[in-house]
This record gives sequence, structure tokens and C-alpha cells, in this order.
Amino acid sequence: MTQQVTDLQINTDMSATPASGTQVREDKLIVRNLDFFYGETKALKNINLALATNTVTSFIGPSGCGKSTLLRILNRMYDLYPGQRAEGEVLLDGQNLLDPKLDLNLLRARVGMVFQKPTPFPMTIYENIAFGIKLYENLSKSELDGRVERALRGAALWNEVKDKLNASGLSLSGGQQQRLCIARTVAIQPEVILFDEPCSALDPISTAKVEELIDELKEKYTIAIVTHNMQQAARVSEFTAFMYLGELVEFGPTTRLFTAPEKRQTQDYITGRFG
Amino acid sequence: MSDHTVAAYDKELAALSQNILEMGGIAEKMLIDAMDALVTMNIERAKSVVASDPRLDALQRQVEEFAILTIARRQPMAVDLREIVAAIRVSADLERVGDLAKNIAKRTQKLGEARIPRAAIGLKHMSDLALLQLKNVLDAYATRDIEKARAVWERDAELDALEDSVFRDLLTFMMEDPRNITFCTHLLFCSKNIERVGDHATNIAETIHYLVTGEQLPVERPKGATSSVSTGK
Repeated sequence: MTQQVTDLQINTDMSATPASGTQVREDKLIVRNLDFFYGETKALKNINLALATNTVTSFIGPSGCGKSTLLRILNRMYDLYPGQRAEGEVLLDGQNLLDPKLDLNLLRARVGMVFQKPTPFPMTIYENIAFGIKLYENLSKSELDGRVERALRGAALWNEVKDKLNASGLSLSGGQQQRLCIARTVAIQPEVILFDEPCSALDPISTAKVEELIDELKEKYTIAIVTHNMQQAARVSEFTAFMYLGELVEFGPTTRLFTAPEKRQTQDYITGRFG
Repeated sequence: MSDHTVAAYDKELAALSQNILEMGGIAEKMLIDAMDALVTMNIERAKSVVASDPRLDALQRQVEEFAILTIARRQPMAVDLREIVAAIRVSADLERVGDLAKNIAKRTQKLGEARIPRAAIGLKHMSDLALLQLKNVLDAYATRDIEKARAVWERDAELDALEDSVFRDLLTFMMEDPRNITFCTHLLFCSKNIERVGDHATNIAETIHYLVTGEQLPVERPKGATSSVSTGK
């Protein structure tokens, strides 16, 4: 393992993050010597980091720094595009996600993703949730009803939609749509959830609800979030990674990174002194 | 350090720092004048010390309000956040230094005629050291010099030791002649005030260390003589 991760383990003990509830850090997902290419262009350069189990890790950095690219590798989203390739290792519970033989559907059931713009399917609220579950499991109507309700409750949306489950998902407000997408992700019981700027299209109240939700979700899931809002990263995450020009510049406890970062580039970025 | 993308932000932080240095200048002058008034029994000078305190209080409020406004407006991070927190803390310390000098000036006005000039000599030594500490710590703040700040932090023990010996001297004068008691009791309070100025200087030194490094100095700092009850430590 690299020096960065070793340092981090020491830091974790000192930062006493209440979230994990334990002093021992377990890594759910480990990224090792990862390079990524868009054709000839190298977009990520030798990334090494680990997402600790049941914690929130945020990724910050200027546009084009590679943070969304990194997120899209964690569930092989890049496979949808020709000419893109990753080298190195991404281990989910020790299993290399970059293995070409890996079943991508199963991977994406284990590693869910929520996007910047809410993307509900053009179907009822109920079907938005049930659709994903039915892809992976064969459940009775009552079992399915239970799962849909649990997912909607898990996404803090149930009380707002329980009387209109047959209304279109598109009829909801932006914030509700985003929580519907989170419910859809939660419904298939993933282990890791990736959020790619989940609140950038939401108003402050919806943003607060999603942040509250992320705080609850980390009890069950390991979470990675890409955000341009540094205050959001400071609020929701235990660990923060700062990336710049495809490199991981600094990675450590959020409390440290936003109050006394070690690297000059991190300091310049988070204080608004960047070029 | 490079500039912020938003130039006005740099100006705001610079203004905050400038206010602190102005406060430092006023607090220093108040203590110099208060001690001068005490030693030379100059009532007019003592009054002028009391009169300059409101300006210091007003500046402290200004720093605080400005700091809060900047937090609300800019959501400062890292060194900027520490800069603003430091400004709030240092301004509070300097405002207290002003209060302590004012208290010495007020006592000077009450002392009356029954005084023994040699009793004030030890106090003068104390205040010379306290002023040197204050000057050095303000220089350290202006230049962000953590070595200098640390030296101030370590040197406070000396001031504590001086206070101990002043306490013994004053006690001797009081035992010699009960008519000295009123005067010497006032001086005891003054020596306590000067010792506190030293404590504020070390507080500021700690704040500078945090501002520059993001790390707190240890809780325990070097202590001086412990034999006297006067320090209560």
C-alpha cells in the first residue's frame, strides 16, 4: 500500500470521526496506481486512495481535474464509451473492478450512482423504484411493495409521495426527483453509492435534505461524492480528496483539509487563490 | 502567499490585520502611559489613559463585526479561516490589555499622598518586561513570525517570577508600617494587572502559532516560581 493510505490510517485515529463509530478503519474500496486515458489523453495519473467503509469521502478540485472521471471508474461507467481505458487496480472488497471479465450489471448493483441532474425514468414513482429491483430479483407484489416503501423511506421521500405513488416521477420537484433517484439507487441495496454533484441543480432546502440523507445513508453504505461546493464537502464528508490536473494532490481527514491543509495547492484552491 | 481571485477579499483580510495592529499600538501606549502616570504620580496622564480606552473598545467591536461579516460573506477556509479566528481572539486580548492599563490609571488617581516611590520600582521592571513581550508579540503577529511568538510564549515565566518578588517586597513594606497598606494594596493589584498583560501576550503568541501552522501549542507552558500564594497558580 502507498504512503498516502498509511498516513491516512494514522490520521483517522486522531481525527476520531464519530461517523464510523469505531477507531479502526476498514477500506471498502481501494484504488491503486490508477491511470485513465481518454484516447491518447491521460486524464488520471497514478491515483492511490481508499474509501473507508461507512464513511463519506468527497472529491473536490477545479473543473477538468479528473474527479468525475475517477467516480465514473468506480462503477465502470466509462465502459459505455469507446476509446476510454483504465490501468491499475480498483479493489472492491479485494476484487478488482477493472477485470474485463467482471459482470458489469452485478457491479453496478453493488456500486450505485446518483447524477448531477435528477434523472427519473418517465414512469410512475412506484415503477421508478420497482424497475431496478425487478432487474435483479424476482419478488412477489407484497415483497416488492415493501421494498419500494423502504427505499422511499430511506431516501426521506415516503411521506411526500405515499399518496401518489402512481403519479409520474417527472411530476415531482427537482429536489424530490433527486431523492427519487437516490431511492432508486438504494432500492437495489448497493454497498457503495457514488454521488456526482448531487445538489448542484437543487435549491438550498433540497440540498439540506439530500445532505441530511447522505448523513443517514452512510450508516449502511460507503459513499463517495464529487462536489464543487466546498462547504458541502466540509459538511458531509469525513475524508476529502483534492485533485488537480488528473493528480491526487492531497487526501486526508476533512477537518484537517479545510482548516490546515498540508499542500500549498490545496490551500490555494480552497481559499480561492487559484490562478 | 498569492492573492485571492476576488481582490476585495484580500483587502478585507488586510483591513482586519491593520485594525489589530492599530489596537496593539493603542494598548501598548495605554500601558506605557499608565505606568508612567503611576511612577510619576501624574494624574492628568492617568486620566488620558482612561480616556483612550473607548477607542480600543470600539476597534475591538469593529474587528468582531467585520470578522463575522467576512465569515458570512466569504465562507473562509484554511489559512483565511484561521486568520479571521485569530483576529477575533487577538482583538479580545488587546482589548483586555487596555482594560488592565485603564485599571492601573484609575488606581493611580486614587493613591493620594501616602506613597513610597521605591515600592513602585519592582512594578516598573515588571511593566518593562510586559511591554517588551507585548511589543514582540505584536511584531510576531505583523510578520507571522512563529519563532518570535514562541519566544514570547516561553518567556512569560520570567514575568511570573518578577510578580512573586514584587509581592514579597510589598508585603515587607506593609509589615514595616501599616500606613503603607492602602498604597501597597493598590500596587499589588497593579502588579497583578501587569502579570495579566503578560498572559494576554502569551495568548496572542499561541494564536499566532495556530494562525501560521494550524496547530495548537501545548496546553502547558513553562511556569515560573510557584512558592508564592500571590499568583494563585
